Formats: sequence, structure tokens, C-alpha cells
Amino acid sequence: MSERTSNRIFEIVIVTCVALFVLFCLAPFLHVIAVSLSSNRAITSGEVTIFPIELNWNAYIQVFSDNAMIRSLGYTVILTAATTALCMLFTIAAAYPLTKGYLKGRKTFMVIIIITMFFSGGIIPEYLLMRDLRLLDSTWALILPGLVSPFNLIILISFFNNIPQSLEESAEIDGSSFFRTLVSIVLPLSMPVLATLALFYAVGRWNGFQDALMYINSPELYPLQLKLFQMVQNNMVSELTQMEGASRTALTPESLKAATVIFATVPILLVYPWLQKYFVSGVMLGAVKG
Amino acid sequence: MYALLSLPLIYFIIFRYGPMYGVQIAFKDFNLFQGIGGSEWIGFDAFREVFNMREFYTSLRNTFMLNFLDLVVSFPAPIILAIMLYEIKSAWFKKISQTILYIPHFISWVIIGGIVYQLFGNQSGMINEVLQGLGLNPIPFLTEKGPWLVTYLFTGVWQSAGWGTILYLAALTGVNRELFEAAEVDGATRMKKIWYITLPSIKPTIVTLLILNLGKMVSIGFDRPYVIGNTAVREYSDVLSTFVYRIGLESGQYTLATVVGLFQAVVGLVFILGSNYISKKMTGNGII
Repeated sequence: MSERTSNRIFEIVIVTCVALFVLFCLAPFLHVIAVSLSSNRAITSGEVTIFPIELNWNAYIQVFSDNAMIRSLGYTVILTAATTALCMLFTIAAAYPLTKGYLKGRKTFMVIIIITMFFSGGIIPEYLLMRDLRLLDSTWALILPGLVSPFNLIILISFFNNIPQSLEESAEIDGSSFFRTLVSIVLPLSMPVLATLALFYAVGRWNGFQDALMYINSPELYPLQLKLFQMVQNNMVSELTQMEGASRTALTPESLKAATVIFATVPILLVYPWLQKYFVSGVMLGAVKG
Repeated sequence: MYALLSLPLIYFIIFRYGPMYGVQIAFKDFNLFQGIGGSEWIGFDAFREVFNMREFYTSLRNTFMLNFLDLVVSFPAPIILAIMLYEIKSAWFKKISQTILYIPHFISWVIIGGIVYQLFGNQSGMINEVLQGLGLNPIPFLTEKGPWLVTYLFTGVWQSAGWGTILYLAALTGVNRELFEAAEVDGATRMKKIWYITLPSIKPTIVTLLILNLGKMVSIGFDRPYVIGNTAVREYSDVLSTFVYRIGLESGQYTLATVVGLFQAVVGLVFILGSNYISKKMTGNGII
């Protein structure tokens, strides 16, 4: 066998393996999409694998006509946007001064921040704190506790440190104020890393669920994930009760569950490809320093 | 400048250090009405009580077990995947595969829980439907301990393998291309090049990540075991984080839950610092 053909075979084998893995990542999504678009009859008879059978949009029509669901989506979108904006504001406000060598107490501030990466009070003291601040069952309970991620902060500090000092100095000689230099020179140069951190904060909030489970009681303040969780939980419970021979509880139809899962996934999939090229470099930056 | 810095500092003091003040209730007979300051000191009584709870040891064992099995199953996957991606010549195929492989990392565990149910459910899960269609017995993926464990580990690989490749691919971009050319002149096959050039060049990354992962043995996320677990498999699915939630916020035993949380935080700190120390010693890379 010549070297050419063995190379060729090698290439084919590798491409096939990767393609199989890609399929392995996609298949669960394809199945859920197929279920969401199939008729209930086809689903219960187990015909649906990765292609929709008896194609229909009823589940989606039902999701979109469910006011509570739409309200929850709107609420989660606003919550995510507001959280991301505030997180970015706080992270930038912390990172920029900490890159200045002449800042008094810089080391102390860094230590204060880094300690929190390795030690925390745990969920009970956190819960009690929220209770004492009268923040339970309010939107702020979902925003305030996670305003600055120390990990993201360190990524940003190391990025700011890589911006040539001379740029900022020359701006200052030209009479630019401290704040102006930050806004019109440093931040525009940091767009890739800012986009990465924004994506991380946004995904974190969008996917966040434990805090909502702990802090939120009013159904009108349920983020999408908590709503979804109840549908999933409902499944688990019914599956268990059926096993024990108890009567079937009222079940959400499979197609509706599937449609809701897709409904909660799509927003992430929409923003994600636009930010991908940034976050890959952002993650690497974090890895080198982090 | 201090004005700018003061905002985040206030945040850190209230929301990060505030709960640390609350840790003292681990040593108090905490009473909601008397508050943290007003409750009586009981020393290590609550610790004694926790260390006598069978469930504490179950959740501790499960935390180690799930983390360890996860490491065995999920750790090699991104390495293999990254090496394969690195070998692929076609740029567009590489790019598309990477885009798709990263996606599961951005999906919440709640949604993954929903997908897992659709795939592995006993009654209506796709896999069991297919098995039954083939005339085989359905497998109780979600309600029987052994199969549940497999499901749990499998979803871990699915969620994290693609994302994990980023770091290894980053390490591979630094490899000197001349090494490959030299190897080619010497007549090395591609497998040989992978074995003698590609793998050794990511070895420091592998070792660092492995050690740091070992350092996270007691810290376990809440969402994944909570969403995928259920009462039928609690013997395996109850971990420290879900145990704290269950005894603390579901049954209101604040003191006991704080004790478990504190235990986890302290042991976790020791593990992390220890692994960081070893990592620095061995590879010169650490997290601090």
C-alpha cells in the first residue's frame, strides 16, 4: 500500500469518527425536534426516531398560545439582558482600576476577590442572607448574587493588562480623563473578550435554575428553566408512580414537552454562532492565565 | 477610580462575604426568629449529629463516586476528539464540527434533563421504544441504579466532550510544524506522529487538567444530579449539594445543612489547594 493511499484511508477514518461524534451530539436534538413535530399517535406508538411522523405544528401553536409560557419567555429575556448588562458594568468597574499599578491597596483587593473563588458560605447562609435583605421572591434575588464572577474578572484583567500602556498614556497627555480613556480607548479594543464574558454571563443567567428554585415562589417570577423543570419533574413523578402501579397523573403530552424544550433552547442557538469566534479565543485567554 | 472600584467591592463584601458570616450557624442552634446573632452556641454538636447520619456518608460516597467515574469516562473523550480534529485537513468540515460539538455545553441541565427523559424514559423514551420494537426488554435507564449511572455518565460526555477540546486545540496550535516535517522525512506514519509528537505536546495540558479535576472531587454541581436524579435512584444520585438542599431548604434543618456545606467547602479547599500545589510542582502550571 502506497503512502498516499494509507494517508487517504487515515483521513477517511478520522473524518468518519468525528462525523459520528458530531451526529452523537446532534441526534438527541433531532429526536426532540422530531417529537415536537409529530402527532401524539405516532409518538405513543413509538414510531418517532429522528424524523417527524405525521408532521404538524400543533405543539408549537399550543406553546405560543400559552400566555404564561410567553410571559415567562419575555421575563427571562429581559432578566437575562438586564443581568448581563449589570454584570458587565460591575466586572469592568472592578477590572479596570485593578490594572493600574499605582492603585493603592491593589494587592489587598485582589486577595479579597480571589478568596471568594475558593471559599463560599454555602447555600444556607446565602439563602438566609437573601431573606435578611428581604430579597426572597424578587427578581433582584436572581440578579444580585452573581454580579461579578471572579473567574471572568481575572480574564478581563489579564486582557486589559495586554493593552499597550503607551496608548492610554498618550490619551491622557491629550487631556482625556480617566473615564474617557476607559470608554473610548480601552473598551473598544477589548470587544472580543467583552463579547465572550457577556456570552458567559448571559448563558449562565439563561440556564440558571438553582437560584430560582431556592429564591422564587411566585409563578409569575418563574424563569423559563424553572417552568421547564416542573414539566420534567412531572414526568419523573408520573414515571415512578406508574411503576408502583398508581394511577396516571395528568401528563403534559410528549410533543408539547418537546416543543417547550426546543422553545427554551432556540434563543441560545441564535446568539451563539455570532459569538463563537470570540469565545474560543476568550476561553484560551482564560486558560493561559486562569 | 476608587469610586468605580467601590461598587464591585461593596458587592463582594455583601454577597460573597455576607454568607461567610452566616457560616457561624454551623456552630449554633439556629432559630429563624432569633436570627444568626441571637441563636445559642452549641459548639460541635451539629457536626457530631451530621457525622452520625447515614445519608451524609451516602451523599459523600456518591459525590466521590460520580466525580471519579465522570473523570474516567469524560476525561479522555476531549483528548481523543481534539487529536482527531487536529488531524483533519478540511477547514470547513473542522469548523462546522467544532461549532456543533460546542453546542451541548451551552444547554442547561434542565433542558438536558428533558432531552434525557425523551430518550431514556421507561415508558416513552425513544431507546426503549426501539428496543421493544426489536422484541427486547426495555431497560429502566432512569429508575434502576446501574442503568441510571450509565445514563448520568453518558450525558456528561455528551455535554462536555466537545467543549473540552478547546483547551487541547489551543495547546496544539503552539506545536512546531517542523517537528512533523522532520518526522515525515524519517518516514513516520501518521499514527506514529500522533503518538510521538501530538500527544507529548499536549501532555502538560492533560496532566494539569487531570490534577485540577482531582482537586474538584468534593465539589459537585447541583443541577445535573438534581435534574437527572430522582427518588428511585437516590441511593446513587444524592450528592453533597443535593443533600444540603434537601435537608436545608426542603426540611428546614438549617444548622445541619450549614454543617454539611461547611464540611464540603473546607474539604474542597484543601483538595483544590493540594492539587494546585502538586500541579505547580509537576508541570509549572496551576490556577493560582
